[in-house]
Amino acid sequence: MQEFEYVAPATIEEAVKLMSESGVKARGLAGGTDIIIQLRALQFVIDRLVDLKNIPELQELSYTEKDGLKIGAAVACHRIYEDPTVQKLYPGLIDCSSLIGGIQIQGRASIGGNLCNATPSGDSIPAQIALNATCDIAGPNGRRSVPVADFCIGVRRSVLEEGEILVSLNFPTPPKNSGAHFLRFIPRNEMDIAVANSGVSVVLDDSKQKIVSAIIALGSVAPTVVIAKEAMAFLQGKDATEENCLAAGEAAKSAAVPINDMRGTIKQRTHLVGVLTKRALVKAIARARGEE
Amino acid sequence: MAQRTQVNTNINGEEIDFLCEPRQSLLETLRDVLGLTGTKEGCNDGNCGACTVLIDDRIVDSCCMLAVEAQGKNIITIEGIASPEGLHPLQQAFLEEAALQCGICTPGFIVAAKGLLDREPDADEARIRHWLAGNLCRCTGYDKIVRAVLKAGEVMRSS
Repeated sequence: MQEFEYVAPATIEEAVKLMSESGVKARGLAGGTDIIIQLRALQFVIDRLVDLKNIPELQELSYTEKDGLKIGAAVACHRIYEDPTVQKLYPGLIDCSSLIGGIQIQGRASIGGNLCNATPSGDSIPAQIALNATCDIAGPNGRRSVPVADFCIGVRRSVLEEGEILVSLNFPTPPKNSGAHFLRFIPRNEMDIAVANSGVSVVLDDSKQKIVSAIIALGSVAPTVVIAKEAMAFLQGKDATEENCLAAGEAAKSAAVPINDMRGTIKQRTHLVGVLTKRALVKAIARARGEE
Repeated sequence: MAQRTQVNTNINGEEIDFLCEPRQSLLETLRDVLGLTGTKEGCNDGNCGACTVLIDDRIVDSCCMLAVEAQGKNIITIEGIASPEGLHPLQQAFLEEAALQCGICTPGFIVAAKGLLDREPDADEARIRHWLAGNLCRCTGYDKIVRAVLKAGEVMRSS
């Protein structure tokens, strides 16, 4: 593997300083399950690897009703899906954090790292967007907040500037009568990269029969995760029926601009967007009704 | 050569300090620096699980972790599974069920299965298959491995 310096700062200030000093030749390290492989494969060359796992704020997993859920950028997947509060209030996050890689990967990998890796297929990204998550970023010019939906700007490209690190992901407390679900299609049962995936959330009215609003985010069908605006607009004010979920799945296809590659064809991926979105919506509605 | 760093760990119950370069994976360090060659290199990119070790009681692919990240950690490798009294129930069950052929994946499977059974000795077949999805075996077709883990679970529950 290429040579680099390894540093493990204990504070955000120190980490930002270390990142800034090396500019584009510095990378942050959380679980390492992507970046260590990429460094070995010489996908990029660095001078310095900044291990962020010793910074308490990046390991924080906390919830208050007022501020919602805060997941430090280096919190490993297993801590997310083993957390009783996340299980109760954010089942959409359980869906994605429990299917990234195998158990070995989930012991290290973080959803913050999954986002920073910024691949079209990042399995936690559609769920984060569906749950209205925002990124807390620290850098040489202080802190800033960016919606997860705006974080990725291309394949493996994000809004992180030189010297900046992702500190945490912040999820508002889910609204009353809301539910979310994430689904991925892979040819195997486990351990594969998404051919397509879909993360959705719905808010129902007090009768739990009508959809007040919905968010639909699609992965692996464009250079970044895309939001199916047309399908979301269609669902607004509609009855929460399987028929309307099917129609929304059809409408979501227009947001997908997939490619043909070894994992799937344009035709298959477009078809999958419809199927996954419909099924995810049906389950999100059931969750919103407290049926599971 | 880059500067080497001292790392303090506990490996298989023994305090072990070693020197390594930042770029060395834990897998490489276990095998080439410490001579613990029971942990195998398969894909070296987090797909096959042959290099599985326990870090603070959690299974991890040691190819996806730098040795410098092991500072202060408790590591169990395949060499630390048997006791002075004899084989671990998993090792015994793998022998009795003939759950290995070429053997390269076996250390990873045994360490991964230990990570499960220590937590959930009553894990059923579905749970075992799900847990072991991160371990690949190209010889057995998995059935014999799953049977061995089920059998080891029985033994561990009764002892």
